[in-house]
Amino acid sequence: MAKKSVFQEFSKGLWAEVPPFRLVLGLCPTLAITKSVDNGLGMGIAVTFVLVCSNVLISLLKNLIPKEVRIACYIVIIATFVTVVELSMQAFVYPLFLQLGIFIPLIVVNCILLGRAEAFAAKNGVIASLADGLGMGIGYTLALSALSAIREILGNGTFYKMAVFGPGFEPFRFMVEAPGAFMCLGLMLCVMNVIGKK
Amino acid sequence: MGKMFKLFAAVTIISLISGGLLAAVKNGTQERIEYQQLKFVKGPVLKDIFKGAANDPLTDRFKIAEGKNEVNCFVGVFDGKKNTVALEGFGKGFGGDIGVLVAINIENDQIMGIGVTTHSETPGLGARAKQDPAFTAQFKGKTINDPFKVKADGGAVDALSGATVTSRGVCGAILSVSEAYQRLKPAIIQKLKEKA
Repeated sequence: MAKKSVFQEFSKGLWAEVPPFRLVLGLCPTLAITKSVDNGLGMGIAVTFVLVCSNVLISLLKNLIPKEVRIACYIVIIATFVTVVELSMQAFVYPLFLQLGIFIPLIVVNCILLGRAEAFAAKNGVIASLADGLGMGIGYTLALSALSAIREILGNGTFYKMAVFGPGFEPFRFMVEAPGAFMCLGLMLCVMNVIGKK
Repeated sequence: MGKMFKLFAAVTIISLISGGLLAAVKNGTQERIEYQQLKFVKGPVLKDIFKGAANDPLTDRFKIAEGKNEVNCFVGVFDGKKNTVALEGFGKGFGGDIGVLVAINIENDQIMGIGVTTHSETPGLGARAKQDPAFTAQFKGKTINDPFKVKADGGAVDALSGATVTSRGVCGAILSVSEAYQRLKPAIIQKLKEKA
């Protein structure tokens, strides 16, 4: 891989390698929790925090961790940050925690985190890893927000719990159900590919 | 052998640091988490049964140790006095345990109000125990020592139509509160005096 500038490491997560659409990673929460914008945004921020912290720490420790046990060490580090996020969410934004439920602890096994740790932070410097984590996290957050905005607007007729259509609007419930998530994600992947081709 | 040791040491050290950090975070957030959980699960019910109280029963709560368990007591201030406590009890419903909070005036043992906190009853039938104010209102003003029973069992409580088992569960929960209250009353009064 050619040497990239810090800005490039950051910005690749926003478009060229945006996790759910380009890397197609971390789909489980992507599909499950994008029923409303606040859920998508909350999940995105939680993942961003963990991603930045674990990326930085792993790149700091990359020479100290023996490579035979690196995956175990990465998982412990990631799990630590996830638990910190989980406890803080319980303490400060309990309703959001109830909404996201099991998907917060499941961030531990989210492929984006281990993927970035193994593919990037373990091979690059601290600043580059920070930029990578931040870019990937923000990209993930934007992707989740976009997906959940579409689903919430069409499926519920609201955006961030505020009604966007008149009272005559019949919500397209399908969009907030599970099959709607797959359809919506597929269409977004399709659009991204069409735009990317040009 | 040296290599083995190195691998072992790396994982051990990282796990130790992680464990220590998490213990610290857990300690630091424990109280807030408990408050938040109570606020969102029991908060609305507490507000309802403590209507007109001059304080926040969530902050003015205390625990009474009873054997291994700790009983949460919520305190309500009326007429400038800490004279009301709410205890939670559980009864067997149709779909599982029903949690009921009962607010009791400690001066005359009268029930100030009851409210269902957690349940897994059938929506539209048993779940009305939580939503139907007429059902819970009938307990208001009764003394806590009353033997609450639904009419089908020879008692005086009007059951929710189509949800006798649920209503029986609510009565059971109140009876369990009544038992706990009678057992703990001296301790509660003691605690209230300490806090006043």
